[in-house]
Amino acid sequence: MAEVLFLGLSLASILLLVALGLAITYGAMGVINMAHGELVMIGAYTTVWSQLYLGLNFFMSIPVAFVLTAALGYAIERLVVRRLYGRLIDTLLATWGVAIVIQQAVRVEFGLAFFGIHVKGLGPGLQNVPVPRILREVVMIGDFVIQPYRTFIILFTLVLLVATWFVIYRTSFGTQLRAVSRNRSMAACCGIDDKRINSLTFALGSGLAGMAGVMLAGLKTTFPSMGTPLVIDGFLVVVVGGVGSLLGTVAGAGILGELQALVATYWNDIIARAVVFGTVILIIIARPQGLFSHRGR
Amino acid sequence: MTNFIDRRAFLKRTLVGGAAVATGFPHIWIKNADVAYAASGDIKVGVLYSLTGTTAIVEKMLSRVTEMAIKQLNDKGGVLGRKVVPIIEDPASDPKTFNEKANKLVVGDKVPSVFGSYTSASRKAVLPVFEKRKNLYWYPTFYEGFECSKNVIYTGAVPNQQQENFVPWIVKQGYNKFFIVGSNYVYPREMAKVCKILVEKEGGEWAADEYLELGHSEWGAMVNKIKSMWKEGRVDCVYSNVVGDSIIAFRREFINQGLSYDKLPIFATVNSETEVQAMGPEYSAGSFTSFPYFQSVNNPVNNKFVEDFKSFVGDKEQVTYHAMECAYFQVFLWAQAVEKAGETHPLVVREAAKGQEVDAPEGRVRIEPENLHTWLTPRIGLWKSDGQAEIIDEYPKPLRPLPYSAYGETTDNLYCTEKGLDTSKLKGG
Repeated sequence: MAEVLFLGLSLASILLLVALGLAITYGAMGVINMAHGELVMIGAYTTVWSQLYLGLNFFMSIPVAFVLTAALGYAIERLVVRRLYGRLIDTLLATWGVAIVIQQAVRVEFGLAFFGIHVKGLGPGLQNVPVPRILREVVMIGDFVIQPYRTFIILFTLVLLVATWFVIYRTSFGTQLRAVSRNRSMAACCGIDDKRINSLTFALGSGLAGMAGVMLAGLKTTFPSMGTPLVIDGFLVVVVGGVGSLLGTVAGAGILGELQALVATYWNDIIARAVVFGTVILIIIARPQGLFSHRGR
Repeated sequence: MTNFIDRRAFLKRTLVGGAAVATGFPHIWIKNADVAYAASGDIKVGVLYSLTGTTAIVEKMLSRVTEMAIKQLNDKGGVLGRKVVPIIEDPASDPKTFNEKANKLVVGDKVPSVFGSYTSASRKAVLPVFEKRKNLYWYPTFYEGFECSKNVIYTGAVPNQQQENFVPWIVKQGYNKFFIVGSNYVYPREMAKVCKILVEKEGGEWAADEYLELGHSEWGAMVNKIKSMWKEGRVDCVYSNVVGDSIIAFRREFINQGLSYDKLPIFATVNSETEVQAMGPEYSAGSFTSFPYFQSVNNPVNNKFVEDFKSFVGDKEQVTYHAMECAYFQVFLWAQAVEKAGETHPLVVREAAKGQEVDAPEGRVRIEPENLHTWLTPRIGLWKSDGQAEIIDEYPKPLRPLPYSAYGETTDNLYCTEKGLDTSKLKGG
């Protein structure tokens, strides 16, 4: 039983990792960013590249991925999302387009493949990200196996969660962000540069996605379309938890992660998927605003 | 004035469009009649593997190896003294596009044969084109069987060729409680059916038959289940039909949960050199795979093939694997059949292809006249830490392909013959 709960915790932490960035872009800005999964993918590839070209180890590629994906997110916001504020469906379609462009860019090696040039660490193939030895040694406590890599992801997610909480609730930027997300025009009237806040928020959300990508690179497989299934799970978590609520996102990830682990272990994985989706449907029927949400004014 | 221009533009477009319809679709006039294939000049053949999209990782190499085979044919003077020209199309991993491109090749370019497809979905999508247009498709991938088309030459392994040797061998090693695991779609499920038949025949048992959604890579719960069943003594080996990128996540999870292949071995049907390289060889080392071909097959034909391909793609680390090897030798089977027929007409070439043999990198292969599948030599490989397999068991001779073995087809009781599929036997099986 302990192993099942641990697995659930691990699944929850992976969900939360992906959903944290979404909770910020979707929750605070109201932008459905379909390219979020691709930013996770770029984060995973950054791990590959920084090992291949910069000689950095796994841990060092975390800040690199953050900076790179945050910059990419900033560019997406400035070039695409900014022009479509208030048009929810249009941003959804536009960012979906961005997602396809990013995926194909990696697949065709930014166009170099057409000229017969092959760049290592790009292309349609699967990439191999070696995990540091320290995270591979299994620790046994009695009959209970502690998986170091999954434990590391749980701890890392906790750190990110605290950091995100701190940024949103304890910094001047966070205060402005919350003000903009509650009432954009009123915030702007009070002298907040809402456009700047939006760009930075989007960059922060993207950077979080990038770091999630580094974590997933060591656990799953790194390839161009790896982000697509992730973004769906991420949205489920945000919607269940309640848009714009960090606590809700944590609760959503926890519930869905443990549910998946329990049903998958005692029944099977295929049914677990169905149960998770069914639960999400029930929750949004019963509480359309999600488990936790702001009281609207 | 504007009105006039519009009308003129309209007329112009109508005329151009009409002309295009009249000249662009000449097949309307020769529908179902025999297509005339050029008797001189270059021989154009279609090459239909995805260069973009989700399965491009594997198919791109199949396309490249086909190009190399055609180049080698031409270097030796072509076929019937004529140069072979590949027309390469990119169906972008999308079955609908496969169908459109197959139509383009068969109807538009009038190629007498097409080499293509990796997934069963894409093969099923082009099948109507080749059957209706009486053309010939050469399909190089190991697949689940259950097909008996007279317009496809199947050069990859079918379930009996991957398992008929494998399962008894596993039982002989002392493992007889199987945990069968796979990706949730037709190939692993059909493979599992054949596996169960063979396991029961050998006196073993299968304790579980579980699947994970295709494209999902969260193996935590599954591996946990495998581990607890193993601890309870209910399973003593894992039989894996997991495919694609899922394999890597599966093996990593397996090792990360403290399991090891020397205590609980994995016997796999899909894990090949390309996946082993991508996951990092250390995650596969010590596990087994059954395929008719491994890069490590040691004979002059294969050694040359491996070297040729590395220099052809300009990558020293490029690996070769089963589907790729079939994509390679099927071009030579086609060439021999054309030489024998003396012409390129697909149906004549099909008749000539029956019983055709060639020295492939894996050894002698032969097209079975009854079902147009290929006799292949089953092998079992043990993965080493350098990402290559040591071949530890080899069938003494090529094994007959039985595409309906999951439904009871045997050598003495064929379901798929030259006359077609005997559907009455399927109901009984």
